Amino acid sequence: MGARVIVITSGKGGVGKTTSTANIAVSLAKAGKRVVAVDTDIGLRNLDMVMGLESRVVYNFIDVIEKNCKLNQALVRDKRVENLYLLPAAQTRTKDAVSPTQMSELCDQLRPDFDFVLLDCPAGIEGGFKNAAAGADEALVVTTPEVPAVRDADRIIGMLESMGKSPIRLVINRFRAMMVQNNEMLSQEDILDVLSIKLIGIVPEDDSVIKATNRGEPLTFTQNSPAALAYANIAARILGENVPLLQLDSYHSKGFVASLKKMLGF
Amino acid sequence: MDFLRRLFGGKDNSSSSAQEAKKRLQIVLINDRTDISPQLLENLRAEMIAVLTKYMDIDEPRIEMDRGHDESAVALIANIPVLRIKRGAGGTLEDRFEDNPDDRSEGKFSPRGEPPRNQNIKSRRRK
Repeated sequence: MGARVIVITSGKGGVGKTTSTANIAVSLAKAGKRVVAVDTDIGLRNLDMVMGLESRVVYNFIDVIEKNCKLNQALVRDKRVENLYLLPAAQTRTKDAVSPTQMSELCDQLRPDFDFVLLDCPAGIEGGFKNAAAGADEALVVTTPEVPAVRDADRIIGMLESMGKSPIRLVINRFRAMMVQNNEMLSQEDILDVLSIKLIGIVPEDDSVIKATNRGEPLTFTQNSPAALAYANIAARILGENVPLLQLDSYHSKGFVASLKKMLGF
Repeated sequence: MDFLRRLFGGKDNSSSSAQEAKKRLQIVLINDRTDISPQLLENLRAEMIAVLTKYMDIDEPRIEMDRGHDESAVALIANIPVLRIKRGAGGTLEDRFEDNPDDRSEGKFSPRGEPPRNQNIKSRRRK
């Protein structure tokens, strides 16, 4: 059985594609799946830093495409969890070094050995995006509750739809429930209403994301911060589990939900 | 004033920034999603003229066709100067076919008697 190939994309930069890729990859691997996270951002590679594997990168996926090395020579194994690999991007090349067809072939080469191939997509709608999206079956679109990010997400969703990717699901990142309660931030309903797309998870704004990136240790390895919990839930939903979303309006009620709210720091 | 309002915990009367964000997004996305190519517009124009000239004489060079929008919808705005309504142009197509089915073969309503082809005009996504 071949891997599911999922592209993680957004259109706008800086909304959390790489962080999402790393954390979902770790969560899936922790769930016992064989996972490879591919950094498709040629020239601006960062997934290696976020995952803390930058010192172990030797070859990259362009070396594989150009047959300078074998596929398994380019794969960097994450020793902290079973069955998690990184396939890095080339740092000294440009986006036009590969074609969408070559990227598709690379994905097909990875399929037999993995359960999940996660493609961390560059920002933008040009070549880099088209390369990354070419080989993918499904897509996760990351946005933040901000006007420019949602607008760009809409554009990307349109392009993914026309490429026939399915399912295309939305990750709302850097969500601040307090602000939403005060009507000073787009709510999940607002965003879903505007984009008409399925939601796969909401990741709250969380300082521990920055701390984790500082250390190169994805949050989901420790799994006790709100964002880590949210990413673990997203991974579970990718695996088809029915994990309820943390509903904003439930924060008003008492009991278990209130304690959860407290735990989440809202 | 703003300071006082905050001091006494009063709510801002103007619409919240979240509402404003949603409204602005909805408007901009209507435009973003409307992907009418110049070619499509040109084809549409040609077919519209063909239909209209069956019923009236129009001032073809002065036709203006453009896209416009208000806050909730995209509109196709056509400004077509009419010179003269043709004699006997009243009634529906069906009525006239019933009166004289041969009209069709005479090419009065569609060239070479073919039924008009479906023009596929669709915005890029949904809606």
